[in-house]
Amino acid sequence: MNETAVVARRLSVGYGSKVILSGVDAFLKPGGSTALVGSNGSGKSTLLKTLAGLLPVIDGGLEVLGRPVGELTAKVAYLSQFHQSGFVLPLQAIDVVRMARYDQRARWKRRTKIDDEIVKESMILMSVDDLAMKPLRDLSGGQQQRVYLAQVLARRADLLLLDEPTAGLDAPGRAAYIDALNFERSRGAAIVTATHDVGEASTCDRVLLLAGRVIADGPPNVVMTPENLLETFGIGLTKVGDQLVVTEHHHDH
Amino acid sequence: MGNFVRPFLDNEFLQRAFLAGVLVSLTCAVVGTYVVLRGMAFIGDALAHGVLPGVAGALMIGMPAMAGAAVGAAVMVGGVGLITARSKLSNDTAIGLLFIGLLALGVVMVSSADSLTGDLEAILFGQFLGVNTSDLVAQSIALGFVVVVAVVASRPFLLLCFDADLVSAMGYRAAWYHRLMLLLIAATVVVSFQTVGALLVFGMLLAPAGVGALISKRIGTMMLWAAVVGVVSTYVGLLASYHFSWAAGASVVLTAVSIFFVVFTGVSIKHSIVGDRS
Repeated sequence: MNETAVVARRLSVGYGSKVILSGVDAFLKPGGSTALVGSNGSGKSTLLKTLAGLLPVIDGGLEVLGRPVGELTAKVAYLSQFHQSGFVLPLQAIDVVRMARYDQRARWKRRTKIDDEIVKESMILMSVDDLAMKPLRDLSGGQQQRVYLAQVLARRADLLLLDEPTAGLDAPGRAAYIDALNFERSRGAAIVTATHDVGEASTCDRVLLLAGRVIADGPPNVVMTPENLLETFGIGLTKVGDQLVVTEHHHDH
Repeated sequence: MGNFVRPFLDNEFLQRAFLAGVLVSLTCAVVGTYVVLRGMAFIGDALAHGVLPGVAGALMIGMPAMAGAAVGAAVMVGGVGLITARSKLSNDTAIGLLFIGLLALGVVMVSSADSLTGDLEAILFGQFLGVNTSDLVAQSIALGFVVVVAVVASRPFLLLCFDADLVSAMGYRAAWYHRLMLLLIAATVVVSFQTVGALLVFGMLLAPAGVGALISKRIGTMMLWAAVVGVVSTYVGLLASYHFSWAAGASVVLTAVSIFFVVFTGVSIKHSIVGDRS
């Protein structure tokens, strides 16, 4: 296990030469969890994609698991916000989870017993083991999301990058997700989550509030103040329990 | 029974046509599966039509038609890549522009050369009943190439169908495998157009794989069903062509598309009775 999960210095990310988010300084440790919180277009997903090596760094420095970003893809798991063909592909749920093991063995090697055990454990963690042989397109949106999360778990990665992981999950699904993340953290994996869900962000060690730049960075109870939330979302918000409550409607962001 | 088997036993040209149809069906079953799953029907259609000026040009200068088709396919794929890379136009706009531009160029070339007028029908609708040994050899090589690539690249191809981001996130070169998939489509079109024709090869790419997509739970099974539908369509289409003097290529493709709609209707009725979710 590496001593650092992510090190970012004055990092700027975006598409082509267009900067979406700039000035990110971050030092994420193994076993830690970080929530990226911000409104649409704030740069959450762009930052995650850059950490996953899907977008080039525009400016600044970025190391993932102690190496330049994009070098250790087998140790990184990425959950994208949208999947292309969930309703078209003739795949069973277990096939989707098995994909996680593709780059964990040589191209010509068939999957091993260890691969099968990891796939099974991951499906049990997300409570989709009973859906293993069901066609993906016959599952509900929430069930599909659980299968995608099981795929992420099956990578046994050192860094998990999750874009809106709880989208479509019901209460049991969220509970399974929280348990699964605790398991991942207990074995030393670092987790970075992009989310609109304040309740979910509150369970993380650390929150980055984003709005094209880093508004605040620290523990959730310190960071999620009405002032910071106003600057992040452009409207007055205050955190009540797991919910954000609107307190002011007009603000020049 | 004689009417169903005897024509194939008695006529060597029908035997060659059937063998060619089987080879085209197997090639299209593999490639068509990816075309359907990745939603690449438009680029497939464009490639099938875009080979026309290449074929016409090759015939005008006395080159093999297949070499001209390969050039046409390369211009189509390269042109789409160039336009999308150098402009903000969407992929389908670039494909549409090249598709219609190359088709128009091909028609102009054919119409301006008297010697080619008779070849236009053969280019567009194929010469199923005039297949020769070299055509069969070329189709066999193409089938071998397609199967080898599909086996070697099966993991990244499946990931590409599932989620293009995941391909890159797992360290595979997504753009490279996308181009490889385009190459498979181009190779299929280039080799198959002489048999089923440039217009109709697209039907053999889509209809059998479409049936497979409707009734399969695994990609391997989908390819298998596509191959079965393709071979059955070849047999039924050639038989109908023999007995009723219908155009052979069109009869085969019409059979495949008819099977698709029969299966589609059956699946729709089943879903309306038992529900979409099991």
